[in-house]
Amino acid sequence: MEYKNVLTTCIYCGTGCGIYLEVLDGKLVGSLPVKGHPISEGKLCIKGWNAHSFVYHPDRLKTPLIRDRKGGELREASWDEALGLIASRLNEIKAESGPDAIGVFTSAKCTNEENYLLQKLARAVIGTHNVDHCARL
Amino acid sequence: MDRLKLLREAVQSLLDSGRVEGVLALRAEGPASTPHLFRPGDSLDDLVLWPKYALPRTLDMLLDADPDVRLGMVTRGCEERGLIELAKRNQVDLDRVEPIYLACTAEERDECRCAWPYPSRIDVGEKVEGTADALVEEHEKLSLEERTRFWQEQFARCIKCYGCRTVCPQCFCEVCVLEEDKWVETGILAPPFPSYHLIRAYHTVSKCVGCMECEQACPADIPLTVLYTLLRRDAEEMFEYVPGRSVDDPPPLVVETMWQGV
Repeated sequence: MEYKNVLTTCIYCGTGCGIYLEVLDGKLVGSLPVKGHPISEGKLCIKGWNAHSFVYHPDRLKTPLIRDRKGGELREASWDEALGLIASRLNEIKAESGPDAIGVFTSAKCTNEENYLLQKLARAVIGTHNVDHCARL
Repeated sequence: MDRLKLLREAVQSLLDSGRVEGVLALRAEGPASTPHLFRPGDSLDDLVLWPKYALPRTLDMLLDADPDVRLGMVTRGCEERGLIELAKRNQVDLDRVEPIYLACTAEERDECRCAWPYPSRIDVGEKVEGTADALVEEHEKLSLEERTRFWQEQFARCIKCYGCRTVCPQCFCEVCVLEEDKWVETGILAPPFPSYHLIRAYHTVSKCVGCMECEQACPADIPLTVLYTLLRRDAEEMFEYVPGRSVDDPPPLVVETMWQGV
């Protein structure tokens, strides 16, 4: 039997609480607060306490899904196909209605670097300042 | 000799004995310690004493994961008492646990405002007497109205993280009544006063040994231990029951309900 904890940062919002992920025989089994952590000081919210729970969840998305027509069913797709579709549709929308018809939603779950890249994509590639994030609740 | 060195020697000796598959203790990791299962051959250089975590909760999970495993555990006074209450309720089989009993220092006692900072037998450390909880003493000076107002104000800050419930080794129910909409409505903050906290208090009375984990985990800094210490005192006065004192004391809720034919 192997049981250990791995120090990480909660992925649910931008606060940056410390979390220990409990690993039992190679499987993630729980989350614990980090006592003495400079930000979270040994405390977590309900999301932090459950930060491990989506990892093996049967509803977790593991591939992109594409809906071919309005009202149609979602089908699994490859990343190449999905990203190709997104790029071509963004180009079409920009050509038809201008770049401000497009908005970009970033995420508190992303790293600073990923958020930087996304706003760069919005401003420098698409040409819009419509950038917002999921933590504006 | 220093306490940490003695503890590492005791853990090494238990691992060398071959009687256990591993020893549950605390390991330095980042800014704090974490529960960790040390196994034969592992270095014990990063085994530490503090800050403590709810080891009985982890042990319960590990024993459940493998019905054949037998483990050692570095066990403080509160943790011994916690294991005893878990054993009474068929959550932990004490024959599958080999404790290394650790006495808390005066500093650790003070941090936990602990009345009983030592186990029934001490393998490592020296016994220090318990301390009265100053917060409990302050609370006792309040009138009934002041107490109600006090808890109303405290519980109004609750963000329903369920951390007090989740961290508690004695909260082992697979279905928790606090997740039932009937008692605690989903999506509403703060939880209804006083039902959330009184349900939890009733469910842990005669089990709570005062390990402080709930209070330390509370993001709203609600002094939960004050409530549980007072309940523990009531249980002792009414039923002469002290949680964790002996594995042979039947819990009053079981005995009383049997007498009353419930």
